[in-house]
Amino acid sequence: MSARPPIAMLAELTHRCPLSCPYCSNPLELARQETELGTDDWCRVFREAADLGVLQLHLSGGEPATRRDLVDLIVAAREAGLYTNLITSGIGLNERRLHALDEAGLDHIQLSLQGTTPEMADEIGGYKGGFARKMQVAALIKEIGFPLTLNAVLHRRNLHQLPRAIEMAVEMGARRIEVATVQFHGWALKNRDALMPTMEQARDADAIVKDARKSLKGTLVIDYVPADYHSDFPKRCMGGWGTTGLNVAPDGEVLPCHAAQSIPHLQFDNVREKSLNDIWYNGSAFNAYRGTDWMQEPCRSCDMKLKDFGGCRCQAMAVVGDAAATDPVCIKSPHHGALQSQADDFSHNDTADLIYRSAPGKAVPEPAE
Amino acid sequence: MIGPDDIPYLPRGVRLHFDRVRDTWVLLAPERAITLDQVGQAILAEIDGARSFGVITQALAAKYNAPAEEIAKDSAGFLGALKDRRFLELQP
Ligand code: SF4
Ligand code: SF4
Repeated sequence: MSARPPIAMLAELTHRCPLSCPYCSNPLELARQETELGTDDWCRVFREAADLGVLQLHLSGGEPATRRDLVDLIVAAREAGLYTNLITSGIGLNERRLHALDEAGLDHIQLSLQGTTPEMADEIGGYKGGFARKMQVAALIKEIGFPLTLNAVLHRRNLHQLPRAIEMAVEMGARRIEVATVQFHGWALKNRDALMPTMEQARDADAIVKDARKSLKGTLVIDYVPADYHSDFPKRCMGGWGTTGLNVAPDGEVLPCHAAQSIPHLQFDNVREKSLNDIWYNGSAFNAYRGTDWMQEPCRSCDMKLKDFGGCRCQAMAVVGDAAATDPVCIKSPHHGALQSQADDFSHNDTADLIYRSAPGKAVPEPAE
Repeated sequence: MIGPDDIPYLPRGVRLHFDRVRDTWVLLAPERAITLDQVGQAILAEIDGARSFGVITQALAAKYNAPAEEIAKDSAGFLGALKDRRFLELQP
């Protein structure tokens, strides 16, 4: 199998975060601070990534601003020749730090939005006063002139706020908005009944995005992640497993996608023991679902298989119990019908409470039965 | 469409980069890395936020010994697509 070099790397600097969004994509088992890679290790990993062919570095978390060495890490990443994108809730950034990031050469900021009102945003993020702080940070980002993407995460509780989220992106001076319907991995999988959009909401969002793309052409670029369970074809996950991107977890484990730890039989290598190059080309987790040899029917004989690579492995694992199965979102999957009626049931559960993500080292909360 | 009097520039967060692993020029932008062919690289390298599109195509025409109208026609579509993605802006 001849793999090409990766283009993008997601560095999850930490799992610590002041917020506790119920759809957090971090794993249920969060890495504790003592296990996080140190500054020197991260800087080495950035150089190894650039040597491997990575062009885009996404610095994420948890909340990356909880790392005290964030500015040093940006400096090192720029020196390595990487394009640096900070994915943040804004909490933990102030004027002094933003100016330091500016001087360090940070290329772009992606600011998450939990809701368009303080009530919604603070409830979803589980952090009182978070919305007000975020708005202050957004104003500073605009003043300094960082290129900005607003990342609006949408689900049943806040999809009605989509038009306002698009307006806010324009007001903030963002060039781009990501309209991201929640994907059900990580903590979101525990919250399917509380967060699943209804079919009507999903179709309304399609229409709103279509209109806004037209009316805001040349002003705001809209990238859209539609509601997965209400679609008939799966997403090309990660651009294809082991083709485009890789993830480094806070403790140095290298993952083909951020949810890959949910596939129990995969073994992950660690940057403390092996080079990124060796891990990318020879690591067993990367080779497990590279290409198409691992596919089953109906993917194996489908002419879409090089377009979507059979969809998401983690979703096949979570829903069907077999990571090599066709993504159940696909209309050709024998599980598609069951998934859609399940989605419909989830989306009409009016009594479900949010289960917030916990802090690293804390037990996973169970819903009150 | 970009006209001869427009003055294009690459906004902050969009930059040319030589990809030494793949041995090619790329345009780096938020969430995108666009591989550039020779023409694309040549024209983006000329864009400085001071000279107009017309002046740039004239300069390239002289450099590559090709008709300016042809260069303008070939690159206007490419630059227009970059502008739609907000990877290229025009001076007010
Ligand atoms: S059968 Fe497999 S390859 Fe074909 S569209 Fe569905 S997921 Fe994609
Ligand atoms: S499809 Fe699966 S493997 Fe791919 S990104 Fe999504 S969760 Fe990860």
